[in-house]
Amino acid sequence: MNSWITNNVWLIPAAPIAASLLILAFGKAARRAAAAVAIVGQIAALTMSIFAFVPTLHSHGFRAVQNFTWFTFGEQILRIGFVLDPLAAAMLLMIALVGLCIFVFSIGYMGEDKNFSRFFAYLSFFSGAMLGVVVANSLLLLFVFWELVGLASYLLIGFWIERPSAAAAAKKAFITTRIGDMGFFLGILLLYHRSGTLLFYDGGRGCLEPVALSAIGSSVTLVALLIFCGAMGKSGQFPLHVWLPDAMEGPTPVSALIHAATMVAAGVFLVARVYPIFSVGAINGVTPSLTVVVWIGVITGLMAALIAIAQFDIKRILAYSTVSQLGLMMVSLGAGGVAAGIMHLLAHGFFKALLFLGAGSVIHGLHHEQDIRKMGGLHRLMPITFLTYAVGMMALSGVPFFFSGGWTKEEILHATSNWPRSHLPHYLALIGVILTALYMTRQIIYVFFGNRRAASEHAHESPSVMAIPLIVLAVCAVFLSVVLTPAWPWLESYLTGHPARFDARLLIQPMIVVSLALVGAGVSVGIWMYRRAGEADPLQHAQPALFRFLENKMWIDEIYGRTVIALSAILARLSDWMDRHVWDALVQDIGRIGQFFGRVTTSADERVINAGVDESTSGAHGLGRLMSRWHSGQIQTYLGAVALGMLALVLLYAWLG
Amino acid sequence: MTLPILLVISSGLFCIGLLAALSRRHAIFILIGIEMMLAAANLNFIAFWRFGPQPAQPTGMMVAIFAIAIAAAEAAVGLAMVIVVYRHFRSTNVDQLDRLKG
Amino acid sequence: MVGLISIVILIPLAGAIALYIGQPKNARTVALIFNALSAFYAVMLWQKFDVTASGLQLVERHVWIPSIGAEYLVGVDGLSLLLVLLTSLVFPFAFSAQRLERGACALMLVTQAALYGTFSAQNFVLWFLFYEMTLVPAFLLIKIYGGENRDYAAVKFFVYTFLGSVAMLLAFLGIYFAKGTFDFAALAGLGKTGLLAGKLQWLAFAGIFLGLAVKVPLFPFHTWLPDAYQTAPTGVSMVLTGALSKMGVYGFIRLLVPLFPNEIKIAGPWLLALVICSIVFAPLAAWAQRDLKRMVAYLSINHLGYCLLGLFAITAGSTSSLIDMHAALSGVFLQIFNHGLTAAALFYFVGLLEQRRGLRGINDFGGLMQRTPLLCGWMSIAMFSSLGLPGLNGFVGEFLIFKGSFATAASFTAVAVLGLLFTAVTFMRAMQALFSGPLAESCGGFSDLVRGEKFVIVPVTLLMFAIGISPQFIFNIFNATVVQMARLFA
Repeated sequence: MNSWITNNVWLIPAAPIAASLLILAFGKAARRAAAAVAIVGQIAALTMSIFAFVPTLHSHGFRAVQNFTWFTFGEQILRIGFVLDPLAAAMLLMIALVGLCIFVFSIGYMGEDKNFSRFFAYLSFFSGAMLGVVVANSLLLLFVFWELVGLASYLLIGFWIERPSAAAAAKKAFITTRIGDMGFFLGILLLYHRSGTLLFYDGGRGCLEPVALSAIGSSVTLVALLIFCGAMGKSGQFPLHVWLPDAMEGPTPVSALIHAATMVAAGVFLVARVYPIFSVGAINGVTPSLTVVVWIGVITGLMAALIAIAQFDIKRILAYSTVSQLGLMMVSLGAGGVAAGIMHLLAHGFFKALLFLGAGSVIHGLHHEQDIRKMGGLHRLMPITFLTYAVGMMALSGVPFFFSGGWTKEEILHATSNWPRSHLPHYLALIGVILTALYMTRQIIYVFFGNRRAASEHAHESPSVMAIPLIVLAVCAVFLSVVLTPAWPWLESYLTGHPARFDARLLIQPMIVVSLALVGAGVSVGIWMYRRAGEADPLQHAQPALFRFLENKMWIDEIYGRTVIALSAILARLSDWMDRHVWDALVQDIGRIGQFFGRVTTSADERVINAGVDESTSGAHGLGRLMSRWHSGQIQTYLGAVALGMLALVLLYAWLG
Repeated sequence: MTLPILLVISSGLFCIGLLAALSRRHAIFILIGIEMMLAAANLNFIAFWRFGPQPAQPTGMMVAIFAIAIAAAEAAVGLAMVIVVYRHFRSTNVDQLDRLKG
Repeated sequence: MVGLISIVILIPLAGAIALYIGQPKNARTVALIFNALSAFYAVMLWQKFDVTASGLQLVERHVWIPSIGAEYLVGVDGLSLLLVLLTSLVFPFAFSAQRLERGACALMLVTQAALYGTFSAQNFVLWFLFYEMTLVPAFLLIKIYGGENRDYAAVKFFVYTFLGSVAMLLAFLGIYFAKGTFDFAALAGLGKTGLLAGKLQWLAFAGIFLGLAVKVPLFPFHTWLPDAYQTAPTGVSMVLTGALSKMGVYGFIRLLVPLFPNEIKIAGPWLLALVICSIVFAPLAAWAQRDLKRMVAYLSINHLGYCLLGLFAITAGSTSSLIDMHAALSGVFLQIFNHGLTAAALFYFVGLLEQRRGLRGINDFGGLMQRTPLLCGWMSIAMFSSLGLPGLNGFVGEFLIFKGSFATAASFTAVAVLGLLFTAVTFMRAMQALFSGPLAESCGGFSDLVRGEKFVIVPVTLLMFAIGISPQFIFNIFNATVVQMARLFA
């Protein structure tokens, strides 16, 4: 079984995609069957992922590759393939498991939707595409799945398509990510041109292997940055982050699956996957491309965390939190902590899905109310949701020892503190940690504590079909803290391929203390600030201008609207105008010149040639008219004329002699 | 009797004939005018012959007789046409006979 | 003895005559029967075609007018066969788009015959005859059966393209007087050394370029296209974009590049700049359109721009490596086929919407997804195919074109990627306006896809998927030709 699955990794993404097609083809009538098929597909993927995970544990640096020819063009061959290595296996497991929880949750959450089966088709399709991204062994194949993931995201954000805001958000997501993808596409072209292959691993000839890497030469930084453009788009990094908060227009399970746990992590995964390209020629682990990654990550992380403080929509807070965490992962990758970044990605996948599903449960219980100012006091009414949400909150805030996020955050901070270029990212990351604790505390106080406000009067706990996935995810979030414990860094060693040793001393480190202190600070500041928060936000009272700035997302959307979008809209109008009034006018003018010559020749024809003939005939006619007047018919007149003529002749004769 | 007198008489005759042919309305009178002009011409022939270089030979007489014969034939044709015209138009007034008007 | 190619050319002509004489009641059915026949023979052609051999196959050569070097010379290589197959595909598709009158059916069949001829003729005189033969029925179809503003559009279309043809004819006469042959293969052999002396060579180049650039059309010679496509009946628009526009690209590949390799090298950057304008400005203009048909028409310009990008990049730039040549040429060939399929499908869908609503402004619809989910779903697939989504046919061709042109014209290619983006923006806007939001009152009575429509759409869409996922069967048609042409262009 093990070797069988390592040789047929493609089956893992194929299972959900097949389920999706099956539902699309036949599922319209059968709602139950549609959900069942989707879940069976997902379980199949999960099972295979587990089987695929097992062999990767056994040996360090395990890598199974199957390459095959996609097509032959001319005499050239284009090959793609699938790969199974620890990175892929860990991601597979996370995606399949989180996905399964969300599928189950959706049965309850979407239970009354009239397009229930279509929703499951899209979810399955997304899941398959995402699994495909993970196991692709070719940048091209990865791009293919990458775009399919984008398509699935587009479909799911715009799932409630009758809402104009959802359609607009879907459009925005697709276009924004596509802007990044165009850079990615150019990166693929450049890489292909330079290295001659797009396969990651190909028995020493792949583009992540030394021979091809050295062939890329001087343009390697450019390749890396172009690929990073794609990662920026998908992972919502500044300045392409604007789509992600808007994407919360989609159903909450979608937000959980796509915009928290898996798809947005694809950018981070991509950077990790092609890390050799980023790190070519690294001195002390620093390359120009990685430096860019660090700074983009830092800017994103801090900016999103700040914005999250001033949001009122429960999902938007989580969305900005996601953006912020993704920034943190990028920082980690850029600063050399690849394993830390990926571990945070895995942990984040669980607890952020948990948080989103918790938020979904709240929204469901409150009949689709999303404004946290209208919630409050829910910890009694929705105990399961509250408890699981609290677990998620603590994991996200980075409480060490018992929650997964704590260890991974600590690892990330560790990586940034060792970054030789500058210490600023490290300090900014520390601020980010405080802010994270702060906004999560704010949210939890608003939602679960305090007085019951407008919407929470008729709140009810969600049914078990929604509660169980929450519990599973919460358990995972806690359980991962054991898996990720730095005392036995097996996951890190598993990802990096270095052997791990158990060392309990690693549990107590300066960074852990720092981390704990920061989280404590954030939480206590949060409690102090928001303990009596009412309809109006305390920060809003204290700093109205600042709050407005953050509440309006730093006006980045507005700035884009006035600049990039306005500019391209003007360009579009301009091209249309040019088409009508310049290029077409030019053609019309040439046509008019032709017409003018036509008129000239016509008039020449009419006035000169035709008129000449007409004149001479009418002249002859008139002359005849004139002469005919002499022909009076009077014989005597003629005779008289003859006589006169004769007389004239006689006179002439006489005169001439 | 000298040549000039004869010529004056013949030209007088001719002029009277011409005047008659031009001024009379009746076709018969026009024919008579024409006959008078012919007579004037015949008179000229005779006069030129009698006072010409060879009066002994009868050439002038011959021509005159010939011309008179033709004139007779012509008059016959002319009268016949006048009769036809009269039958057709019930008139011999040449002023009314303008079917050739252009 | 009449060869297979001649049969393929003659069947639609026979169909046109049959429609003319027989005056059948259901003209479209008769036309479709003749389509099926010609498609059958086109497939037979494919069967007989040896995909491993390069060069012309199934050649038929007859004396025609020896005194001017005109021969009846037809034959197919991979490219020609691809286009013959595409024509066989697009026409039945177009016929099924709407009910056409008997006269229109007959004219369409004449166009079809002329297209088969254009794609298989190998002698200039014969080729030109067929090439122009497409023009007259197309003109009549727009002029007689078109919509609003049809007189203007038809005359513009005819005069504009005809002007280009005249320029091309003059150029070819010049070449003929210098070299004494009209044979494509012979002329291509002479191309390297220059066909004419000095300035005349450039004049000839300019003439042929103009003729083909108008036909494709290439920016800024494209302004006839939106008017013509917008006005023509749906089926005719499908044929215009799906098959007719391919004649220009075909001409570039078959004539201009082999005949004037040196001139293209010199003029290359300018040609590429024009192509880039086509690629970038056309989707931008499409974005600003209100009329769906006009929008699709502009995007058509953009897609054909990719074909020329690949072609000019490998021939204009410094020497390309073999892989880039093969990639670009394969990409161009595939893109020709893909565009024919996808653009025709898009026009088909716009036609369906127009049939239901009576209008086709982008703002005349709204919330269709609630009323006609199937129509929206399948139409979205065509749109995604057109914007180059992986898994559908558009992506493979575009990837190869970009791959091939990137090596020699990296900066141009980088700008051209913008075209992909603007195409996406245009389609996103259209989808948002058409499918999303509350159901527009005027669309309340729409029917979803009926059986007949599904019967047409499903095979076409499956073909899109097939090419997108496993395109090898298409590549097999022209791989040998790609290799041969790459050798010729190198």
